[in-house]
Amino acid sequence: MSGSGVTTARRRLIERARGRVPATTARAAALLGAVLSLASTFLAWSYGSAFPGNLTIYGYPGGAQVYVLVLALVAIVLLLLEVSPLRRVLAPGGAGGAVRVLASGVFLVTAFTVLAIGVELGGLINVEWGGWAALLAAAVFVVAGRLLPDDRPAVWSYRLPDWVEFLIIALVLGLALAAFVEALAIPEWEIFLCFLVALGGALTAAWRLGLVSWISEVGTRHRGVTVTAAFLVAAAFPFTQGSDNHWLNVMVNVGIFATTAIGLNIVVGLAGLLDLGYVAFLGVGAYVGALLSGAAASTIGWNPPFAVTVVIGAVITAIVGVLIGTPTLRVRGDYLAIVTLGFGEIFRITVNNLDGSTGPQVTNGPNGIPGIPDLKFLGIDFGQSHTVFGMNLGYFANYFFLELVLMAFVILVFSRMNNSRLGRAWLAIREDEVAAQAAGINTFRLKLLAFALGATLAGMAGTIQAHAISSITPDSYQFLNSAFLVAAVVLGGMGTVTGALLGSVVLLLLPEKFRFFQDNKLLIFGVTLVLVMRFRPEGVIANKRRKAEFHEEEISEELGREARAEGAR
Amino acid sequence: MTATVGDTPHKPVLRVSGVTMRFGGLTAVDGVDFTVGEQEIVGLIGPNGAGKTTFFNCLTGMYVPTAGQVIYRGTPLSGRPDLVTKAGVARTFQNIRLFPNMTVVENVKVGRHCRTTVGALSALVRGPKYRREERETEAQARELLDFVGLADAADDLARNLPYGDQRRLEIARALASDPGLLLLDEPTAGMNPLETAQTKDLVFKIRDRGLAVVVIEHDMRFIFTLCDRVAVLVQGRKLIEGSPAQVQHDERVIAAYIGTPAGSEQQA
Ligand SMILES: Nc1ncnc2c1ncn2[C@@H]1O[C@H](COP(=O)(O)OP(=O)(O)O)[C@@H](O)[C@H]1O
Ligand SMILES: [Mg+2]
Repeated sequence: MSGSGVTTARRRLIERARGRVPATTARAAALLGAVLSLASTFLAWSYGSAFPGNLTIYGYPGGAQVYVLVLALVAIVLLLLEVSPLRRVLAPGGAGGAVRVLASGVFLVTAFTVLAIGVELGGLINVEWGGWAALLAAAVFVVAGRLLPDDRPAVWSYRLPDWVEFLIIALVLGLALAAFVEALAIPEWEIFLCFLVALGGALTAAWRLGLVSWISEVGTRHRGVTVTAAFLVAAAFPFTQGSDNHWLNVMVNVGIFATTAIGLNIVVGLAGLLDLGYVAFLGVGAYVGALLSGAAASTIGWNPPFAVTVVIGAVITAIVGVLIGTPTLRVRGDYLAIVTLGFGEIFRITVNNLDGSTGPQVTNGPNGIPGIPDLKFLGIDFGQSHTVFGMNLGYFANYFFLELVLMAFVILVFSRMNNSRLGRAWLAIREDEVAAQAAGINTFRLKLLAFALGATLAGMAGTIQAHAISSITPDSYQFLNSAFLVAAVVLGGMGTVTGALLGSVVLLLLPEKFRFFQDNKLLIFGVTLVLVMRFRPEGVIANKRRKAEFHEEEISEELGREARAEGAR
Repeated sequence: MTATVGDTPHKPVLRVSGVTMRFGGLTAVDGVDFTVGEQEIVGLIGPNGAGKTTFFNCLTGMYVPTAGQVIYRGTPLSGRPDLVTKAGVARTFQNIRLFPNMTVVENVKVGRHCRTTVGALSALVRGPKYRREERETEAQARELLDFVGLADAADDLARNLPYGDQRRLEIARALASDPGLLLLDEPTAGMNPLETAQTKDLVFKIRDRGLAVVVIEHDMRFIFTLCDRVAVLVQGRKLIEGSPAQVQHDERVIAAYIGTPAGSEQQA
């Protein structure tokens, strides 16, 4: 599949060189490269101090140098591990592959930094000798890494005492939060990019060691603990931000987007119905929330308690879902996508026209509803910052926690439906609609259920969104946003909760970090989608079944093993 | 014109009268009368393109017949496949139609769908009813896999089953809906002689569970040793119906298969 002529030729070249160089020599060379790379981070790389991280100081790694240092250090540890008696336990398949990945990471970060210094400070003349030395060291490291003996795929199948495994789960999730917070705190895009490269390298290396699959196995073994811990860690996020609202605000938006994406994943991922107008349901919920918020611009004077608003929002979106689904779900496949796209636009245009001149005055038309007051719910004023556990949190923390609760609910709905006769029926419809109907499934009713359920969840998210963003207009619910939701689901992985989450986080956070992304959103998303579809069509975090569709052999056994374990339980 | 066996030996499970299916100018099924008694195994044979699959599609609601009536145990079947299955008529397909990316046992569980009732709310709260039903579904699915001889493959993906096993899985899925009548469309197509023999035993076992079975097949030896009665369809019409011995030696049948001036050897 990926074996184009050039890569095969290159691979053959590497194979031949690898055969000629003894493993010990290759290991020594790699060790040398790693040590030199590590040492180079203590040099100055740049003459100008304007480059992010100020790389003009000797003896004190700064900016992206830190990532080189960490990657090199890990590589050194792994190389020493390979020759130590611990190898059998910790790197049963060998660490060659992991070291190779780390070397690539070191090289990429170093080369990018040196180049960026040249570009940003006006010419490569600004690169100090330390920078060139670092590049050389990295090059040695990469080449030596290529010569390392190929490792076998490593299988970690350790079963530790439960409490140790719980600790590991907590540790991994804690580290994830730390890395996330660290990443958010990086102001310069250059360093952020290096961070992403380094993180990617580290994760890939861990995966090559067999660590990633082992940890996910541990996580699956203690699913309840993992899920609880994940929510606790997510709930800890506001405490890393203190009273600073900026990232909390962003994360509230990410949360709403992700919740909506998970709802959409029921429709797209489970039932296989491509809905390109899904954001309209978020819009219906948001308008219900706004109209019942007591905002001055609202045409409805009634301001019920928020719990009532959520229920009303859910009911109305469910009704709208059924109304839209009843005609549209009679068509299949591509036609359904086009028809839902049309209905999504109908929503936006209708809201635009309910402005008192082209229709009855309900929504203020294109002006939308501004000045939506902050929530008052459970006796808490969401507009005020509160002190929790002795820490003063920005007021967006309130929305963050509420959003987290809703997300938990949506995830619960997703997974419980998935594991019921309804979920099986959805999967069956997705697999073969004719056979599903012949097996006794009322396909239309089941599809309508998925559609309406997805709509309801989006509507609930909408009621919160209206308050969180305090001003809504019809244009927030245009087709583009539906496309982004679908993109999040497809990129992250259809049919999985984590996939939809990851897709949402990436899609919403990257533009915050890179101006270039913000300005060329569509271009980047387009390119990314094409790349993902080409190289990993099942999405980043794949549902086992989806993965099986594209890479059959490896998966089915895994799935079977899991199912047997489930049965034994 | 058509020779009918006047007295069906058992009480009829299925009574089809005058079913006709036209596609534009083509009459694929032409005024077919057909009855199936309790625990009877009836064969349906005929050259390719004779309209056998179309006839099944008319019985199972996949097509709404242009004319005629299908009555199962006294009630007319409506034109929707899921309702037909719910009424008690299950089928398999000539071209296997499994849910390839679901496990074998999940495929069978899907067949239980119309005999289970848990709704969204119950699935969400996982109350006692949900748990009981899931337990029963699991047990019944495993029992059926055992019955067709696929118990060991229960947790494999359906797509990874060998061809013959896929056909058996399709039968298990059909059986999961507790049908009174099972329609098998070429269940041994592509099978080796051993698998064909196993399938024959399986059909007998299914009959012994109390079901009536209609089998479409091209393998004459299979049909004539399996069925209580055989009907021959040629160009949409029922040519003859009778015991295997009667049909086997009928000249018209032989002519239809070898090819007659009428040119009934269309490709399906
Ligand atoms: N949906 C359809 N539309 C048009 N013609 C059809 C359709 N289904 C079947 N036919 C035609 O009906 C005839 C009988 O087909 P079929 O029932 O598949 O035959 P058999 O199963 O006996 O081999 C064929 O000529 C076929 O082309
Ligand atoms: Mg046929």
